[in-house]
Amino acid sequence: MAVEVVKRGGKPATTAAGPADTAPAGLSAHIQKRLLANPGGREFMLDAQLAAPPGITILFGASGAGKTTLLDCVAGLLEPDGGNIALRGRVLFDKTAGLNLPTRKRSLGYVFQDLALFPHLTVEANIRYGLAKIPGEEQVRRTAAILESLRALPLRARYPGEISGGERQRVALARALVTDPDLLLLDEPLGGLDAPTKSAIVEDLRAWNRAHQIPIIYVTHDRGEVFALGERAVVLEGGKLIAQGTPHEVLNAPRQETVAQLAGFENIFDATVDATHEAQGTMTCRLAGTAVTLEVPLSQVAAGAGVRVAVRAGDILLATSRPQNLSARNIIPGVLVSLEQRDFMITAQVDCGIRFEVHLTPGARDSLQLHAGREVWLVLKTHSCQLVASR
Amino acid sequence: MDWQAFLLTVKLAVLVTAILLVLGLPIAYWLTYSRRRWKFLIEAVVGMPLVLPPTVLGFYILLALGSKSPLGRWWESLTGHTLAFTFEALVIGSVIYSLPFTVQPLAAAFSTVDRKFVAASATLGASRLRTFFRIILPLSVSGLLTATALTFAHTMGEFGVVLMVGGNIPGVTRTVSIDIYDQVQATNYASANQTALVLLAISFVALSLVYAWNRKVWAIWPWR
Repeated sequence: MAVEVVKRGGKPATTAAGPADTAPAGLSAHIQKRLLANPGGREFMLDAQLAAPPGITILFGASGAGKTTLLDCVAGLLEPDGGNIALRGRVLFDKTAGLNLPTRKRSLGYVFQDLALFPHLTVEANIRYGLAKIPGEEQVRRTAAILESLRALPLRARYPGEISGGERQRVALARALVTDPDLLLLDEPLGGLDAPTKSAIVEDLRAWNRAHQIPIIYVTHDRGEVFALGERAVVLEGGKLIAQGTPHEVLNAPRQETVAQLAGFENIFDATVDATHEAQGTMTCRLAGTAVTLEVPLSQVAAGAGVRVAVRAGDILLATSRPQNLSARNIIPGVLVSLEQRDFMITAQVDCGIRFEVHLTPGARDSLQLHAGREVWLVLKTHSCQLVASR
Repeated sequence: MDWQAFLLTVKLAVLVTAILLVLGLPIAYWLTYSRRRWKFLIEAVVGMPLVLPPTVLGFYILLALGSKSPLGRWWESLTGHTLAFTFEALVIGSVIYSLPFTVQPLAAAFSTVDRKFVAASATLGASRLRTFFRIILPLSVSGLLTATALTFAHTMGEFGVVLMVGGNIPGVTRTVSIDIYDQVQATNYASANQTALVLLAISFVALSLVYAWNRKVWAIWPWR
């Protein structure tokens, strides 16, 4: 892929946003904005320093973290209380200089969460809307070209109310891309789409960006999308950027507990380090208040130190007899407390002196004849256990 | 049936409706989108004709147009005759009296237009004027229609203000509603009934057209 990724030199994900990289071809923003968690709710401060080089930057966070507010500030739909925003060396907003470029002059594309296609205009008119300043034949040519490249040409004469959700998302994307923006803001644009439709649109977006090389900020709270799309990911929580790096760095080796929770680590435990094994690159931790010990990857902590250990429920194996001759280093006996089915996934709660959550398939449940009260063994690989800094 | 009064009234209603659409669109836009704290004061002023007795409104308009007021003097220096008790005075009085019937349906319609469309238009480089004419107004067609019909029908049937600022000069300021009043005063009930029926029919047709059209709009754009 031709997109140049400005990687942070292979460093582990930084735990707090450093000074914004002023990439001349990218976006650099420092945005401060007071806002409400929900109408009438508690007030909190969005204070985020964001650097987005050309390519896709995923903005990841739970709802209410301030993601949409951040985008609206970049777009100029909301005026920040403080800070500055620059795009490709052009200042869009500077509180101290009293500069605030209106939205229409920022030359950006914004795909809203609810798309905001104009209901009274055809697909073609929607797309031509942003091309008013160029000659008519050129408008027609570019509209046809973008519809063609997004495989939406047959929709041109239809109204937004007459096409499917996936088609509407394509049209909204086309409307934003056709203006040849300097920056693309996408607010959960693929929400509610099935996986094949989603990946087809993502592929189209990637192809388009290979030719255009602009910063794209893609907001999502779906961790699958983070891995599928991102070259870079930043995590926003409570109005602060709490981590940034590659998706793998940010989500797979979380250094912040909040990131771990966001990234789907269902099991997070307090533990003390019993012993370190430098030669093996591992250490033994005892989970607080239990006799359960876990072998986890070595970290820069001394024996006796307190740590937090995070394990994904889907990374734990479950056996009905004590497993033998396994490479996995952690085999923990326990009792099955409950089984709960959600869609095609079973969530099992296992008491090993401390509660573990384990995910398995209905087939596994049936073939192992699992039921509450049954004696089981949990199997955890050393590298499925992640160390997390507690806050 | 006094056809002279009828034609005069139609002329007045058409003129007033046209003027009010030109004035009402920016006022309604400002009332909907302005973030001024004192906006409610302007809303109250615009809505006043709804609750004021027409005689009170007419009295003050008459004073404002009279030869002792700056406006009246300016008009006299321009045209050589007084402004009060002329057709022009009737137009000015009716414009003020019918203002809320134009502004309120428009403002109500503008405020139902999803702000996301306005935001999307801005991100696509459109000026406020373009956003207004391409997005806000087309999505407010039903409000525009309601405003037009209400203003027209209301002006057609107005009485108190017209009497106060225009008097009752045949062919100049005598409208149908004043004509009906005159007929009744003269116990000429048959003629009064004829004219009243025409006014009733016009109002009914105007409102029916509005409601019929609004239904159609709903059917075309079901997501609104």
